[in-house]
Amino acid sequence: MSTTAVKPRAGDPEITPALIKEHGITPTEYERVVAMLGRDPTFTEIGIVSALWSEHCSYKHSRPLLRTLPTEAPWVLQGPGENAGVIAVKDGIAVAFKVESHNHPSAVEPYQGAATGVGGILRDVFTMGARPIALLNSLRFGPLTSSRVRYLFAGVVKGIGDYGNCVGVPTVGGEVVFDPSYEGNPLVNAMCVGVLREEELIRAVAEGVGNPIIAVGARTGRDGIHGASFASEDPSEATEAKRPRVQVGDPFTEKLLLEASLELIRSGHIVAIQDMGAAGLTSSSAEMAARGDVGVTIDTTKVPVRETGMTPYEILLSESQERMLVVAHKGREEQVREILARWDLEAAVIGEVIAEPVYRVTEGDTVVAEFPGTRLVTDCPVYTIDAVESTALAAARGRDPHAVTPLEEEADPIWTLERLLSSPTIASKAWVWRQYDSMVRTSTIVGPGSDAAVVRLRGTDAGVALSIDGNGRYVALDPRMGGRIAVCEAARNVACSGARPRAITNNLNFGNPTRPEVYFQLSNAVAGMGEACRVLETPVTGGNVSLYNENPQGAIHPTPTIGMVGVLDTLDHVTPSAFRAAGDTIVLFGDNTDELGASEYLLRVHELTIGAPPACDPAGERRLIDALLDAIAAGHVRSAHDCSDGGLAVTLAECAMMRRDEPLGFQVDLTDWADLPVRALLFGEAQGRIVTTTSSPDALLEIAAKHGVPAKVIGRVVRADEGIEFVIGAVSARSAIDPLARAFHDTIPAIMDGGTAADPAAMVSASFPD
Amino acid sequence: MKVGIIRFPGSNCDEDAYHAVVDHLGAEAVYCWHKDHDLQGADLVILPGGFSYGDYLRPGAIARFSPIMQEVVAHAQRGAPVLAICNGFQIACEAGLLPGALLRNAHLRFVCEQVHLRVESIATRFTSRYHVGQVIRIPVAHGDGRYTADGDTLERLEGEGHVVFRYVDAGGHVTHEANPNASMRNIAGIVNGAGNVLGMMPHPERAVDTLIGSADGLPLLHSLADSLLAEVGA
Repeated sequence: MSTTAVKPRAGDPEITPALIKEHGITPTEYERVVAMLGRDPTFTEIGIVSALWSEHCSYKHSRPLLRTLPTEAPWVLQGPGENAGVIAVKDGIAVAFKVESHNHPSAVEPYQGAATGVGGILRDVFTMGARPIALLNSLRFGPLTSSRVRYLFAGVVKGIGDYGNCVGVPTVGGEVVFDPSYEGNPLVNAMCVGVLREEELIRAVAEGVGNPIIAVGARTGRDGIHGASFASEDPSEATEAKRPRVQVGDPFTEKLLLEASLELIRSGHIVAIQDMGAAGLTSSSAEMAARGDVGVTIDTTKVPVRETGMTPYEILLSESQERMLVVAHKGREEQVREILARWDLEAAVIGEVIAEPVYRVTEGDTVVAEFPGTRLVTDCPVYTIDAVESTALAAARGRDPHAVTPLEEEADPIWTLERLLSSPTIASKAWVWRQYDSMVRTSTIVGPGSDAAVVRLRGTDAGVALSIDGNGRYVALDPRMGGRIAVCEAARNVACSGARPRAITNNLNFGNPTRPEVYFQLSNAVAGMGEACRVLETPVTGGNVSLYNENPQGAIHPTPTIGMVGVLDTLDHVTPSAFRAAGDTIVLFGDNTDELGASEYLLRVHELTIGAPPACDPAGERRLIDALLDAIAAGHVRSAHDCSDGGLAVTLAECAMMRRDEPLGFQVDLTDWADLPVRALLFGEAQGRIVTTTSSPDALLEIAAKHGVPAKVIGRVVRADEGIEFVIGAVSARSAIDPLARAFHDTIPAIMDGGTAADPAAMVSASFPD
Repeated sequence: MKVGIIRFPGSNCDEDAYHAVVDHLGAEAVYCWHKDHDLQGADLVILPGGFSYGDYLRPGAIARFSPIMQEVVAHAQRGAPVLAICNGFQIACEAGLLPGALLRNAHLRFVCEQVHLRVESIATRFTSRYHVGQVIRIPVAHGDGRYTADGDTLERLEGEGHVVFRYVDAGGHVTHEANPNASMRNIAGIVNGAGNVLGMMPHPERAVDTLIGSADGLPLLHSLADSLLAEVGA
């Protein structure tokens, strides 16, 4: 076959500047394509470039920043660049994990958008040879007072639940945050963790000239065409018209594909396997070829389709779900087919690995696209934008939160505490996670609702602790500090469950990076994350970038979410967040400060996002975690809960009442900090603090002192009927448990099932989305 | 004692049942593939939870036509024990092994949580290790668990002591709030007339170890083992 015989295909649209623009390709990028090809591209080639050079696939605005992140540690078996990262755990057992966003599809079609997000991240993990054992998710929405938001929230939760529940992978944790900045752009980040034996690890690297390339799983349809480029532009009012770009998920097929893929990998018949995810066949084939530095040829007429008359352009760019691309050993095609047939799935040879350094697509005998070598992947432009901080955000940071006049009601700190416990961001999310099967696989030791989930690894006495976290408000007001905090808080969460933080996957949710203010946020947040990761020895093993999360009203808070994996060498160290028993002593690790900026208190009580976020010192956080883990290993810690949204008072209240059936009370004396403003002491979000309980306080304080970590006895756990009490010098505040527990537990059910039952949009979503 | 765990496409509690039987009961277990006609000499058949055939059409409606179901029905007709859990319960109802049907939860949402059950009868081979009125904690995880039957069937089930488990509160009281799916009469599990097929929506195989939240499902497995041993002894 000649390498020059690429001619426009009959029936394809003519290449015009308008068409190029529509594909999100800039004039400079187009020139680059022409230079690479030595001719004008065909319509099919335009489609391929549009997908592979989209932000979603190419990371063209984030790659130079991501390169600054630490990616190595002795336990890292696979860093960034693969379908998922992998770390060693114990006795030859490893875990693969990754987070990915489905923000744009979920904004348009919440149920399918979220469901297919779960499907995609599951495939990323099992294509590494790992069996998925846990799902987590990080969700952000506007305020629940909006019926549109309730519709999105209910739909996303049901979509996540229906998909994971059916596939049989437990959803063990996550977070849900409500903030006006996400009103037009909800965030849906899904994380998956899988387990494998180290020798089972398989990489998506095409190799072996003559090896067949096989399409596996569901047939290719017209759904989701241009999903990757769609995810790389500002959603706008025109977005509604792009609803057909959202893919439709089928978790039943996914379950079959999961079992078949793992069987295939273990069989030794295949060389490489990759999900046909964003940009479908195009990206999976081009990326596998680039990793192996080999040529490939694909014949679109061989691809099993579910609609007639599909063009090469459509077949290449379809994002139909539940499909895999496999490179098999030559001569094993029949064995591959047999394994798939056992699971009632199809396999079709659609191309092969070739010696000639070229990425070629044919339609039968006609070449419809051809790129030299692996340049389609490697020639993608990289952009660095001049970073300029938004003056509005700098001014907001400069405002003094202590100058905010307290409301009259705040004279009673219990009133404020109740306001915070009933803030949907802080309130119990049981309404959400009751809809997720968190127990299937019978390995969930700690499920949703704690600082971190703990999942045991069968065949060992070890477990992994998993958490996903972020705080967009902090990053908005100080991207560098916010980036540090995101990592440190995730590490603290994992440590509170008894695990040593080991590695992270991150999801960078930001606005349009070509705007200098957004690029400032992106570059500084990544820098802050890197600083914390280096000190905590938690390298980044992969992740996802979701940019262009904005609409005509503005961009979202810059929101990096951190998926943290920690390791428990023994399950004896599993530590709960909730108080255990009356009589236990409460010890605060870390110190209270007068910091109040960027707090949930300011947002909830004063509707303000102002002030500097609390300072975060990664070295101090490291000492804190070391001290806590030493104390846990020594058997001195009965519970541990990290101080975050809502500050110390909210943390103590959560410890007391998160177990609704078995609440406890507490009496604490904070007189040592009586010189601090009361609202900062109770509701400020100073970093580096953990509320622990113990029956051996002296031993605990000794361990803290040894690590140079401030620690103090602040009170004791009492019976629920004794209620809660804060004493600060002459001031004291007390309350029964009941009203606070109701605020914490009933807020979201009341909003979702009570007041909004008459809202038809919410009803439709909550009941019959499929 | 040999346990045959049926694997349909979409079963996802098959491995949990396997671990419960092998790791916690110490018995032998084998997987039986839905396309085969072979129970591999199993004494006890478990129809596990999951989403057989994606719950398409309605839960259990397609699985009942799987080749292996002919053997399962024959096994049950011989009087040999069948434990049908969650999706297995739905399949057993569709296959006519048990009366009634499981409808979509009244609140239209999937529900996963630990629930309290009251043991209503210990005169079955599944429950001899419990005592009557005992309150146990076992998780549910389903979207279609609302047990429904006509009035005559309900009266017969109640009259003949075939209601085995009922959703109750921690104090053992039958309440509306304790019913996670609005099942009729808070029914969580029933046996057939011959007493050899138990269908239940809660997952006893998920309650075999306090490490994962509860071990209250273990006596059920031990009761079954006792009954099979007694048969061998007889």
